[in-house]
Amino acid sequence: MIKVIGLHKNFGKLEVLKGVDCHVASREVVCVIGPSGSGKSTLLRCVNQLEQATGGQIFVDGEEITSPKTDINKIRQQVGMVFQLFNLFPHKTTLENITLAPIKIKGVSRSEAEQVANELLRKVGLTDKSDVYPGQLSGGQKQRVAIARALAMQPKVMLFDEPTSSLDPEMVGEVLEVMKDLAHEGMTMMVVTHEMGFAREVGHRVLFMDEGIIMEEGTPAQIFDNPHNARTQSFLSKVI
Amino acid sequence: MSLDSILAINGLQVVIKNFPFLLEGAGLTLKITVLSVFFGMVLGLVAGLLKLSKSRILSFIATIYIDFFRGTPLFVQILLLYFGILPLIINTDKPFVAAVIACSLNCGAYTAEIVRAGIQAVDKGQMEAARSLGMNTGQAMAHVILPQAYKIVIPPLLNEFIAVLKDTSLVAVISAEELTMRGKLLYSTYFEAAWIWGTVAIMYFIMTKLLAILGDYIERRMATE
Ligand SMILES: Nc1ncnc2c1ncn2[C@@H]1O[C@H](COP(=O)(O)OP(=O)(O)OP(=O)(O)O)[C@@H](O)[C@H]1O
Ligand SMILES: [Mg+2]
Repeated sequence: MIKVIGLHKNFGKLEVLKGVDCHVASREVVCVIGPSGSGKSTLLRCVNQLEQATGGQIFVDGEEITSPKTDINKIRQQVGMVFQLFNLFPHKTTLENITLAPIKIKGVSRSEAEQVANELLRKVGLTDKSDVYPGQLSGGQKQRVAIARALAMQPKVMLFDEPTSSLDPEMVGEVLEVMKDLAHEGMTMMVVTHEMGFAREVGHRVLFMDEGIIMEEGTPAQIFDNPHNARTQSFLSKVI
Repeated sequence: MSLDSILAINGLQVVIKNFPFLLEGAGLTLKITVLSVFFGMVLGLVAGLLKLSKSRILSFIATIYIDFFRGTPLFVQILLLYFGILPLIINTDKPFVAAVIACSLNCGAYTAEIVRAGIQAVDKGQMEAARSLGMNTGQAMAHVILPQAYKIVIPPLLNEFIAVLKDTSLVAVISAEELTMRGKLLYSTYFEAAWIWGTVAIMYFIMTKLLAILGDYIERRMATE
């Protein structure tokens, strides 16, 4: 579903990604872990072109998105993204946050979009919050709305960039629960996370990133119980 | 002092007798202001968006426009337009047209900067979230960014409108018969400087005050929204 080949990304002189190769198969959940500044967010942001790659290729569902000929807006409709800081639209209600893109981009009728939105709200456990503005939601609720908003475009892939990192500890669980359900339904997911429990339990594969490359990859059991790379070992000893 | 002796003051008599003449001037002042603010807002929105656009050329053009009109005196812009440029383009010696064009262009440049600052004050994550859903830049602007920017933009815009109202007095230099020009005409006939210019000043003050009150009202309504 996602294929990244030799991805390079520079910010000016700073080389952040130094040749990343990875892939995510259909219905697979891949978790990306690694120290701060290693380029995890940048990798994810390149996959939906919020950052433009300096070199290399990225394919989403067979289409090369790094090619200038690709209609990036079309691709982005198929790639949902969930941000660390939610980025809900503060001037729109929960329901409007979810229906905005389907109505304006896909041309779905309002009633149909609202029906889908209500179903998604049920899925993330927020049926009673549909007419509330984001300002009145807790962090965990915001993030669940953000997930519903991304799902409303019926993406083929979901990208999560540390979706629980800015949440109070007691709210982390509710968001991870939603993501777990999503994984069990067979959604293709790429998740940057510091939640090692989630990566171990839900992830099919784990990528350990450091210094702009993927240092080690494997099943959760391989990475967490038997890491080969010294960097991986030292990182895991610090976070677990 | 009796009422009669007050009414006998020459300056007061001049002002009372010519008050309709000044009021008409104030009407033209308002007309120039309203038109300039309207065109200025349209220009400003376009120029502000162009300045932020990814196209270097468009952004450059917008920057030149904005910098020129902010970096030169309105007084000179009015003279240049009326005596220098307009005669080359259209066959009109109507100072009113030149006044509206000059004030609109000037207001547009300031509005553009206000618009730009307002858009940039909206959290960057909003644009990213909109784009990640598949919106193009225009859709993201229309549905996500501008609806949030407008609240940031309203207070400085109201200040700009008040500034435009006051600045229209400069078009007296091309004899557009707005309030200041009418004051000049009265002065050259009656020489009652304190009375005439005092009245003119008070009339400007009332107009700007009313605009400010209107602005406060709009701001308060927005805050409760
Ligand atoms: N827009 C940008 N301009 C310049 N440098 C950037 C930009 N975005 C990221 N960087 C730099 O790129 C490097 C990698 O950043 P990135 O956000 O991908 O790291 P990360 O692995 O997600 O870290 P974290 O766990 O802290 O989120 C950092 O050194 C960061 O300062
Ligand atoms: Mg990050």
